[in-house]
Amino acid sequence: MVQLTDLQKKLLNDFQRNFPLTPQPYAEIATQLGVTEADVLQALQELNARQFISRIGAIIPPNQIGVSTLAAMAVPENELERVATQINQFNEVNHNYERENTLNLWFVIIANDTTHLENIIQSIEVKTGYDVLRFPLEKEFFIDLSFHLDLTNA
Amino acid sequence: MLDALNLKLLAELAEGLPICSRPYAIIGERLNINETEVIERLKQLQNTGLIKRFGVIVKHASIGYKANAMCVWQIPEAQIDKIAQQLVQFSFVTLCYQRPALPEWQYNLYCMIHGKDKKTVLNQLTLLNETCQLQLFNQQVLFSRRCFKQRGAVYSQN
Repeated sequence: MVQLTDLQKKLLNDFQRNFPLTPQPYAEIATQLGVTEADVLQALQELNARQFISRIGAIIPPNQIGVSTLAAMAVPENELERVATQINQFNEVNHNYERENTLNLWFVIIANDTTHLENIIQSIEVKTGYDVLRFPLEKEFFIDLSFHLDLTNA
Repeated sequence: MLDALNLKLLAELAEGLPICSRPYAIIGERLNINETEVIERLKQLQNTGLIKRFGVIVKHASIGYKANAMCVWQIPEAQIDKIAQQLVQFSFVTLCYQRPALPEWQYNLYCMIHGKDKKTVLNQLTLLNETCQLQLFNQQVLFSRRCFKQRGAVYSQN
């Protein structure tokens, strides 16, 4: 299917959290896995180039820094590409998905404060010509984007 | 703790940790601080819980998890907490949030399921509905089609 090496599978599954905070993190991972640092770097570069990983980075829960909201729009199919592209031009937007529904465009906006957030939403409405529905987080029950991947057939 | 430098550090990380031998040194160079300070600041951000998780962020869709479903229910306010606590017991539920109901969208409980295909995810959703007795509540499942953007948050520094 996607054809991953055993090393790549381990890198995908076992280092989603607690990534080494040491001067040579990839060398430390290599030691844990019994390979060389160069092997780890090459495997990760390939995973990155093939877009199997988004990045090595930090997950920050919503509203820890600034304010954010989930937002949604109902956009006719033939307008969707244009509208999505316009929304993506805002640096404050970090996720933007088409979903199967009349409300078919769902995106997340992160801003400095509520005024900034409202300004961005209004700019998006003006620029795209469609209304934005706001679904800010009221209560978080669970967020854990680390996730065991079943890669037995990969 | 959230001084301007930490914001810049998180902005650098939003682009991804460089894949090279001394990645924290590279980030330090961009911010005019040394490698040790980058590492210490990241440890501190992690210890205080601001960074919830630091590591490899997988693109589920390209790795064979093609079906990404946002499941929403309309639940009476008084029952939300209890139901949500049940939902998050399932390992395939990766996010669970309460959001405001609007006149044009009266759902207030959201969870995400990532699965290999739609059939698997729909089976998992059935299991949720049966186990937590949610069949009678209004609900929808919204599978993703195109991903137009997925990246780390960029925090502005003004």
